[in-house]
Amino acid sequence: MSTDLKPLDAPTPRVQGSSVRLGDRIFSSLTRGAGIFVLVLMAAIGAFLVWKAIPAFQNNTGNFFTTQEWFPDANPPFFGIAALAFGTAVSSVIAMIIAVPIAIGTALFIAFFASRRASTSLGFVIDVLAAVPSIIYGLWGLQVLMNHMEGITRWLNDYLGFIPIFNNEIGIYTKSIFIASVVLAIMILPTISALSREVFLQVPRDHREASLALGATRWEMIRMAVLPFGRPGVISATMLGLGRALGETIAVALILSAAFEINWHITEPGGNTFAANIALKWNEAGPIGLSALVASGLILFIITLVVNMIARAIIAKHKEFSGANS
Amino acid sequence: MKLARSSKIAALAATGALALVGCSSSDSASDSGASDGMIGGAECATGTIKASGSSAQKNAMTEWINAYQTACEGATIEYSPSGSSAGRADFINDQVAFAGSDSAMEGEELSQAAARCDANPPINIPMVGGAIALTYNLEGVDNLVLTPDVTAKIFNNEITNWNDQALADANPGVTLPDAPIAQFHRSDGSGTTDNFTQWLKATAPDAWPYEPGSDWAAKGGQGSKGSDGVAASVKSTPNSIGYVELSFVETQGLKAASVDNGGGAVAPNADTATAGLASAKVTPNADAGAGDLTMEIDYAVQDPAAYPVLLLTYEIACESGNSSDALPLVQSFLTYTSSTDGQSMLSGIGYVPLPAELETQVADAVKSLS
Repeated sequence: MSTDLKPLDAPTPRVQGSSVRLGDRIFSSLTRGAGIFVLVLMAAIGAFLVWKAIPAFQNNTGNFFTTQEWFPDANPPFFGIAALAFGTAVSSVIAMIIAVPIAIGTALFIAFFASRRASTSLGFVIDVLAAVPSIIYGLWGLQVLMNHMEGITRWLNDYLGFIPIFNNEIGIYTKSIFIASVVLAIMILPTISALSREVFLQVPRDHREASLALGATRWEMIRMAVLPFGRPGVISATMLGLGRALGETIAVALILSAAFEINWHITEPGGNTFAANIALKWNEAGPIGLSALVASGLILFIITLVVNMIARAIIAKHKEFSGANS
Repeated sequence: MKLARSSKIAALAATGALALVGCSSSDSASDSGASDGMIGGAECATGTIKASGSSAQKNAMTEWINAYQTACEGATIEYSPSGSSAGRADFINDQVAFAGSDSAMEGEELSQAAARCDANPPINIPMVGGAIALTYNLEGVDNLVLTPDVTAKIFNNEITNWNDQALADANPGVTLPDAPIAQFHRSDGSGTTDNFTQWLKATAPDAWPYEPGSDWAAKGGQGSKGSDGVAASVKSTPNSIGYVELSFVETQGLKAASVDNGGGAVAPNADTATAGLASAKVTPNADAGAGDLTMEIDYAVQDPAAYPVLLLTYEIACESGNSSDALPLVQSFLTYTSSTDGQSMLSGIGYVPLPAELETQVADAVKSLS
């Protein structure tokens, strides 16, 4: 960019000018170096995961993608990630379903409805929510929330039990994917909400005032001026939240019952995720066990990459709306 | 102002003196040995060593290290409870002077570890015994008795209600409620699970079809992270059952079932568990060093005074070829931990002291380290 602009510099170069250009060069190579460094780092992590995962793939007597067991240290090793992938996906999706509407609602309220005082303090509280360590969420979910979730899950079973996912056949409502999802939703809510709020505040004042001047109600103004403008930003905020939900470890490990089976009854005890399984099994894993855990980490790494690439693609497609990205 | 400050200093000095007095009085037992640099029959050594491994040994190690460092000035021992496998790996990679492990080192690991011991295979030294309690939460029932068969069926989801006939047969005269059993196991990999399932496999092979291991193999029930997690779950869930180390029963105020292996019901405590450990046999591993003390626990023991659900954790050390820097401190510290002084400390913190005969064998093995 800067080199393209150079011909426009009409004045003949002076000592001072050349020193500025030296600074430019150093700065641009520093930034380029930082960019390359990140790429190299990612490639190194990927290579490390692949390298460490090879023994697991070589020795596994189960199907890595479909087996619903985890005995990598047995003789012969027998394990697969089916249950982990299922639990990770389901818990993240439910968390998103709960968190995204609430987060966007909160962001809109703070940006356009709350009084200045209320919006400052509410924004502060949400930022603090993001700073709570995940172990705290885990302990709270385990010791407080779980005791209060039985009513809701029992109600879901009694009245919506004809929908398979809400059906609970064993009558025990603790340590379920559903509870973990609710905790995940609370954990990712501040991320999505805070970023969405910033995006909504970027909406040009002219757009908002113009729509109000044309007789739009506040809701119509939000629907027609704010939401289309903020969409790419909200999508990237959502994807950041999803990334956190996919990778959340200790809170989920504390709450889930960690069963290796695909169980669509999400209010029954069970479920497991990639990250939680790594945290739970790492300490006592043998050589193949460690390798198998790294292999599952590789899959999570790939899933996260793909999710982020999809998010990038969506944002790129809607670039024309975004003031922030142009 | 001045007065306030001087009184503050006086208060500080007083608390300091109190703390000093507190120290010396509470540690009088070890101080008596330490006056000439001795603790539990071991001569103090100095230096710094690192060790890592079994988290089940954590509390024992903490107490031992505190006592040792108090008695022996200039000695620093760091034990990081990173898990048995991690400890064995650290030992193989020559990052620690000795490793703690819930199971004896065997097979390939022994030959890998020989490289750091000057081409001598290391030995397994049993050091910390423990009992696994079947803890339950049943209102009005204080003396639950479980047989291996019933236990296996409960944890394999074949017995799902407390009013099951098999449970009633094991508990004549006890009224058990008509309530579903909430069964808790460990969701993380654990030596406790390994030993518990070894007991089930050895005593109830028909009802427990799974291979013993540190990962929970049965379906159903609920997993909790760590023994503290299982204890908390059982405590907060009515009509529940789980398995934890004995210490958690004591510290959390839980109830523990008596186990009937066929010779009568035995309640878990330090005495019955030590009696159970006495029936364990030394089965030296031919691939390990000559003085190896790999043990085989007799899970099927039917002595009415011996509790059968046991665990035994080891220290793994080079039999010979120890680095000359580390050897004196390793030897001195392990001499202390295997002494009667060191072992008797264990029952106070939920562990089980080694039986006298084994204690002597362990002390001899430690003495022979070079």
